Amino acid sequence: MNKKQYETVIILTPVLSEQQMKDAVAGYRGLITENGGEIIHEENWGLTKLAYPIDKKGTGFYHLFEFTAGPDFIKTWELAFRRDERIMRYLTLSLDKWAIEFNLRKRSGEIKTSTTAKEKKAVFNASKLDLLIDEDDD
Amino acid sequence: MSKETNFIFNQTPQVLQKKKYCRFKKHGIKHIDYKDKDFLLKFINEQGKILPRRITGTSLKFQRKISVAVKRARHLALLPFVADGLK
Repeated sequence: MNKKQYETVIILTPVLSEQQMKDAVAGYRGLITENGGEIIHEENWGLTKLAYPIDKKGTGFYHLFEFTAGPDFIKTWELAFRRDERIMRYLTLSLDKWAIEFNLRKRSGEIKTSTTAKEKKAVFNASKLDLLIDEDDD
Repeated sequence: MSKETNFIFNQTPQVLQKKKYCRFKKHGIKHIDYKDKDFLLKFINEQGKILPRRITGTSLKFQRKISVAVKRARHLALLPFVADGLK
């Protein structure tokens, strides 16, 4: 069957430690390759503040997968997310030709998104995020 | 109709408004990234509502794409569903 390119963003609970988060991500990475998929790109956004609380949590670990897989795989892929308590939210998209081109250009640094430009400034404010984590542990 | 109202309606505006244009068509942007929240902020108001086309000047084709992108960003908690004083 023809393979399509997909993109998934998952939000993991901030309750996990850094290592647990990496283990969870590695598990899903394995799930793609086991089912004949191929990972094209991955991004870890780290612990990020949410715009509104989800499951009474103010922050979450964001992780992005870009991969190719057969359309049948998405069913098992999303089922795994629904069964996993560590995952608060997920979003899977099949990418069209413009999106693929956009992602390629973004990775090569040709397009600078306004969010990434702002993040570079925000590096100094990273210590503020540590305060947020403390609030979540209850 | 009185003479006075005729005077008002027949008058062409002295100060012409700057013509609105679709920024996606002008710059040849084909894809709107739902992960770029600071970019999407330009198309929502303080309350987090999507701004109408008549204000932003976006063409219908890209207004639809914006609305989808904003909704995806809301699902991933990048943008709020409701907010107060977002800007």
